[in-house]
Amino acid sequence: MDELLSEFLTETSESLATLDVELVKLEQDPNAPDLIDNIFRLVHTIKGTCGFLGLPRLEAVAHSAENVLGKVRDKNLIVTASTVSLILQSLDQIKELLATLEATEAEPEGDDAELIKSLDAMALGEDVTAPGSVPVEAEAPATVERALKEGEATEDELERAFRETETEPTEVVAKPTPAPVAAKPTAKPEARAEKSGEPSVASQSIRVSVDVLEDLMTMVSELVLTRNQLMQMVRGHADSEFKVPLQRLSHVTTELQEGVMKTRMQPIGNAWAKLPRIVRDLSHELGKKIDLQMLGADTELDRQVLELIKDPLTHMVRNSADHGLETPDEREAAGKMETGKVVLNAYHEGGHIIIQIKDDGRGINVEKLRAKMITSGMGSEAEVAEMTEQQIQMQIFAAGFSTAEQVTAVSGRGVGMDVVRTNIEKIGGTIELNSEWGKGSTFTIKIPLTLAIVSALIVESCDDRFAIPQLSVVELVRASKESEHRIEMIKETPVLRLRNRLLPLVYLGDCLNLKNASDHTLTEGAEVFVVVSQVGSYTFGIVVDRVFDTEEIVVKPVTPLLREIPMFSGNTILGDGSVIMILDPNGIAASTSDTKVGERSDDDTDAAHSVTAVDTTSMLVFRAGSEEPKAVPLSLVARLEEIDVDTMENANGQNLVQYRGKLMPLVNLDSSCVLQESGRQPILVFSDGDHSMGLVVDEIVDIIEARLDVELTANDPGYLGSAVLDGKATNVIDVGHYLNDAFSDWFTSPDEAAFGDDDVRRLLLVDDSPFFRNMLTPLLEVAGYKVTVAGNGDEALALRESGVEFDCIVSDIEMPGMNGFELAEQVKSDARWQETPIVALSSHVNPKDLERGRNVGFSDYVGKFDRDALLSTLSQTLAEKVDVV
Amino acid sequence: MSDVDMNDFDNVANDGLNKTESEEFVTANIDGQLFGIPVLSVQDVLGPQTLANIPLAPPEVAGSLNLRGRIVTAIDLRKRLGMEPADREKSMSIVVDHHGELYSLLIDEVGEVLRVPMENYERNPTTLDPRWRDVSQGIFRLDGQLLVILQVQRLLDIIKVAAAA
Repeated sequence: MDELLSEFLTETSESLATLDVELVKLEQDPNAPDLIDNIFRLVHTIKGTCGFLGLPRLEAVAHSAENVLGKVRDKNLIVTASTVSLILQSLDQIKELLATLEATEAEPEGDDAELIKSLDAMALGEDVTAPGSVPVEAEAPATVERALKEGEATEDELERAFRETETEPTEVVAKPTPAPVAAKPTAKPEARAEKSGEPSVASQSIRVSVDVLEDLMTMVSELVLTRNQLMQMVRGHADSEFKVPLQRLSHVTTELQEGVMKTRMQPIGNAWAKLPRIVRDLSHELGKKIDLQMLGADTELDRQVLELIKDPLTHMVRNSADHGLETPDEREAAGKMETGKVVLNAYHEGGHIIIQIKDDGRGINVEKLRAKMITSGMGSEAEVAEMTEQQIQMQIFAAGFSTAEQVTAVSGRGVGMDVVRTNIEKIGGTIELNSEWGKGSTFTIKIPLTLAIVSALIVESCDDRFAIPQLSVVELVRASKESEHRIEMIKETPVLRLRNRLLPLVYLGDCLNLKNASDHTLTEGAEVFVVVSQVGSYTFGIVVDRVFDTEEIVVKPVTPLLREIPMFSGNTILGDGSVIMILDPNGIAASTSDTKVGERSDDDTDAAHSVTAVDTTSMLVFRAGSEEPKAVPLSLVARLEEIDVDTMENANGQNLVQYRGKLMPLVNLDSSCVLQESGRQPILVFSDGDHSMGLVVDEIVDIIEARLDVELTANDPGYLGSAVLDGKATNVIDVGHYLNDAFSDWFTSPDEAAFGDDDVRRLLLVDDSPFFRNMLTPLLEVAGYKVTVAGNGDEALALRESGVEFDCIVSDIEMPGMNGFELAEQVKSDARWQETPIVALSSHVNPKDLERGRNVGFSDYVGKFDRDALLSTLSQTLAEKVDVV
Repeated sequence: MSDVDMNDFDNVANDGLNKTESEEFVTANIDGQLFGIPVLSVQDVLGPQTLANIPLAPPEVAGSLNLRGRIVTAIDLRKRLGMEPADREKSMSIVVDHHGELYSLLIDEVGEVLRVPMENYERNPTTLDPRWRDVSQGIFRLDGQLLVILQVQRLLDIIKVAAAA
C-alpha cells in the first residue's frame, strides 16, 4: 500500500478515536472553547489531508462537518445533542469510507449528499434533528451500492425526496429507512470478509506507543546516571575487583542507550515526505508555479518532537504556498521569477534544531493586518497603532486569525498558525517570523533539545557548576596575566585577543547574577577559562573560573517556573548525583548583548571562517631546489606525505610511486630539484577526483597566515609570482602548470565526478587579481568547467554584449571600478543573463555584505581559497538551475 | 471579591475536598503556624537536603534537588507567604506533584497527618493577609489552633505573582 495512504489511515483513525471522545465531552460541556478548538482542528486536518490525497468523498463530508464546527467555534451555533449526533454521524461515515479505503485502496463510489445536506443546513442555522435512523442510511451506501443495484436506485430517490422536502427533515428521514435496512445484511459480511485479509498495514512494523519508548528512555537515562556514578566511585580504586564487570556494564549501557535513542530518532525528511506531493497538488489547484526545496532532510530529530512538528510544518508549507506566494502573473508584475520558491531548511545550531520555512512571495502586509485586527476586535485602533511591525506580524499566530480574504479548501479559516504555535510551544520551542512586504517571509522554528542525551562541558563559576552543550563550544582558551591570552578591557567591556581578532567576553558570574561575581581582576598566577561559543555567526567567549570534564548528560526540561529564564536550556543530574543547570549560549548571547550581537557580528563575521583569518590566506612554505622559500596556498594541497625513496619507480622518464593503490606521478619543481638518494622524500600531494600528483620538495618549512599580495612575474612558467611572507620574498608556484606536466589529459578530460552529463559547463570568472584568476582557472578547468576570464565588470558586460552565454558566473566582490554588487545588479537587470546564477567570491565578507549580495541576486557566497566549497557550490548552483529550467 | 470566593469554592471541589464528612491533611509547621496540604497530593516528605542554586530564579525558588533521579524544584514557603526567612538547609520539605513536575515545599517541620471533620471548615476571613488569602483554601478549626489549607496550584503560581507585582 502507498506509504502515504497507510500513514493517513493510521493517523486518521487515531484522530477519529480522539474525536469520538472529545465530542461526547463537548456535549456535556458545550461552552468549552478548548474542546471546540481541538475538535475543529482535528476535523480540519482530516479534511486537509483528504484533499491532498485526492479523496473527494471524505473531503466533502469532512468539509461540511468542519463548516458546522466553525459556526460552533464562532459561537454562531449552539451545541445541542443533535449537533453532536450529526457530527458523530459524519465521523461514522468517514470511518466507513476509511474501512473501504483500507481494503481496496480506493474510495468507494457513491456520494453522501444527504448527510452533507443536513450538515450544511445545520451550518446555516436550520433546525436539523438527526434521528437515529439517518446514520444507518448514511453509513452503508458505499458497499451497498455495489452489492445491490436496487439500493442504488433507492438512494437516488431518497436524495430527490430529500431535496424536495428539505424544510421538513424529520419526515424525510423517516422514509429512507427501508432501503438501508434491507441492504445492511449483505453489506456487513462483505466488510467482515475484507477485514480478515486486513493486516496489510499493521504487519510491517509494530506500533509502539511513545509512552513505552518514553519510559524506556527514562529508565535508560537513570541507568546511564547510575553507571556514571559507579564509574566515578571505582575510579579512585585502581585494582578494584568491580572494574571488569563495571566496564562490561558500561559498555552494555552505552549500547542500550544508543539503541533506545535510535528508536526515537528519525530524519526530519520523514516529516517532509508528503510535502512535495502536497505542494504539487497545491500548485495545480491554485494555478501557481512552486519550487519546493528541502535542505538538511537528514537532520535527526527525536521522534516525539518530529510527530509534533509534522502537522505544523505541513500547515506552514501550505500557508507559504497559498498565502505567501503570488500567482505567476502577480510575480511577473512584481519583477520576480514566475516560479515561486519555498525553501525548507533544517539544521542543528547551538544545541537546538532550527527549521526554516522561507518563501519569496509577497510577504506580510502589516497595514492590512492592522486593519484586520481592528475589524476583528483584537485591539482598539490606538492599541494597534502603537504596536511594532514585529508585534503585528506575530498576530498571525493568534487563534482565529487569517489574512486570506476568502475561505478556501486550502486555508483561510484561521486555524493553522495558532496550531503551529501551540504545537511548537508544547515541546518548548519558539517560532519567529521575519517578513518583508513584497519580498517574502521566513519562519524560523527553534526546538530545544528536550529528552536527548548530549555531551556537555561542565564548568564552574563562583562555586556553581553548569553544563554547556559541546555542540556550541568552539574552543577553550586559558587566560591569565602571564600567558599570551590576556583579558583586556575597553572601558568596562572585557575582550580577548584571539588569533589577531577581538573576542567579546561575557562573565558567566555576571550574567547569571552570581554571588561575589563583581571582582574580575586576576591576581598574579590566577587563571580563568574562556569558553568560545558560537551562536549563528556570532562568536563570543564565556568566562568561567574552572573547566571540568565533559560528561554525557540527559537533558531534562526545566520546570515551568523557570522557563522564562533565557539562559538555561534545561537541567540535568550529573554522575555524582548533583543537579545542575544547562546553559543556553543563544540565550546568553541574546541577553548579554541585545544590540551587541548585531553590531559586533558586523566585524566579527562568520566565526567558522574568521577563526582561520578573514582576509589572510594560509600558505604552505617549502623549499625545493634552491634555498629561497617557495609557497603554495594550503587549501590547494590535498596532503603532505613522506615516501620511501626505495618505493619510487621510473617509467618512461617519469618518476612514479604507488600511492593508495594507484600510480601517482612525481613532479620536480625544476631541474635544480633532485630526489634524495635514500631515506624519505617529502612530497606535496595535489589531487582531484581520481588524479593525484606528487610535487617533490626538499623540506616543508612552515604554514604562514598572511595577507597575500602577489607581484606577478610572468616570465617563469612554473610560478605565479612572488609575495612577501614572514618578511621574506617567496615564490608562489603555479600548481596548474605542474598538474599539466603530470597529466596531459588532466585538463582535457572533464571530471566525471563533478556532474553526470558530459556537456561542458561554461563559466565566467570575474576577478581583478591576475593571481586569483591564474590560480582558479586551472582549478575550475580541472573540475571540468570551460572557464572564460574577465578582469573587471566592464569586461564581463562586454562579453554579454557580444552574445556569449554562460551557465554560471563567479565574481569577486571587491574590484576597482564596478564592484561585484554592481556587476550583479547589471547582470540581473538585463534579460540576457538574468537567469544565469552568480556566485560571489570574496576573501572577507560581513553579514551586511551577504545580505546585500542576496538582494542584488547572488545565489551564493564562497570564500576565496575555499576550493572545495567553490566546487560544491558551483555544482549545486548548476544543479539547481537545471531543476528550475 | 465575590469572584475570588467563588473560585476558591470551586477549587475546594477540584482539589479533593468534597462534601464527605472529613478530609485528611499532611500538616506542616512554619513559624508556629499550622498548615495543611491535602494528603493525596503529597508524594514524599524529606528531611533537610542540599539544594543546588538556580541563578536568576524567582526569589521563592530555593533551588533544585535530586530525588531518586528526578529533578525537584524547591519552593521556599516562608518566602512565598511573606514570612521571615529561615535557614533553608535545615528545612524539611513536602514533595508534591503538579502537572507531572515535582516540587518540594520547604517548611520548618512536618507534623502528623490529620483527619478533620468538614463541619470545622471555614472560609478565609476577608481580612486575611492577601498573600495568604491567595493561596489558602480555607481554615479548619482545631483544638487550640487553626489549620490553614494550602492550595498547591496557587502556591506554584509564582510567575503570575511576579508578573503582577
